[in-house]
Amino acid sequence: MTYSFELLLLVLLILTAGGAIVVKDLISAVVILGSYSFFLALVWAWLGAVDVAFVEAVVGAGLATVFFLLTLFGTAPKDTLIRRTPPPIAAVIALPLLGLLLLYAADDLPAFGDLQAPASVHVSPFYLENSFSDTHTPNVVTAVLMDYRALDTMMETAVIFTAGIACWLILRRRVS
Amino acid sequence: MIHTGHESMIVRRSAALVIPLVQLFGLYVLFFGQYGPGGGFVGGVMLAASLIAGILVFGPDGQPAATAKKLLKTDGLGLLIFAGVGGLCLIGGGAFLNYSSMQLPGLDDPTRRYLGIVLTQIGVAADIAVAAVSIVFSLYSASSNEVSDG
Repeated sequence: MTYSFELLLLVLLILTAGGAIVVKDLISAVVILGSYSFFLALVWAWLGAVDVAFVEAVVGAGLATVFFLLTLFGTAPKDTLIRRTPPPIAAVIALPLLGLLLLYAADDLPAFGDLQAPASVHVSPFYLENSFSDTHTPNVVTAVLMDYRALDTMMETAVIFTAGIACWLILRRRVS
Repeated sequence: MIHTGHESMIVRRSAALVIPLVQLFGLYVLFFGQYGPGGGFVGGVMLAASLIAGILVFGPDGQPAATAKKLLKTDGLGLLIFAGVGGLCLIGGGAFLNYSSMQLPGLDDPTRRYLGIVLTQIGVAADIAVAAVSIVFSLYSASSNEVSDG
């Protein structure tokens, strides 16, 4: 039951990812990438990572698409059409092999929801048990991001601030 | 094509209807982040998205763009709020960003941490909203000169 829905999402993900690469027009590629982000958000939500799904839907499908489109509107129309050269033979041979290797390695990953997985025995139990009594915040993700790991989040905020400033410095033209 | 806003009556009216709803939902997500999915990052992006939609629909001379330009002057304020909360904790005698050492009378430790989370989330949201809007203005200024050059 659940497996078939996951399979459908996975097929849609691969289709949209491939479509964004194959399509000839950059604007179509951007729109297809937006739908890819949306399907990815569905996958995150399906796996229980609702916060990640939210960010993916809002940033990946919304904001990034707008940024890409604004950038494309700033270019000449001939730039939005792309001529593709066929990929080198070495990549055609090596990349499927790499994919097979990764699939082989994925066999050793802990199963989804495994209670004995390294990720769920190290610090997660502490957060799950103590975050509500420590912070009165029912959403554990928010408590970890904003309290236990607040310095990381502050540096992320600094990164985004720097990104905004850098875009302004690079793209701004002097108004004469 | 994007430098004048959109002429269509349908687009303008529906944008005028949708944008306040997006802003309301963005604020809800920002302050409901402690109880459900969401938080400062998503809330800030949604507030920015409402402004960006206003800029795209009503053009760079419209009312939303004027509001957004005023907002650009507060660039860095969000980061200042975040670091300032950390500084308040330092002044209170604790570690940086250890919200329980904020010197607020009449509150127990969890409530202080709760308040610290709310304040830092507002900081993150303000930072991200202003950064996203400023990137849109940067792209606008880059593309508008391309047009006038060509």
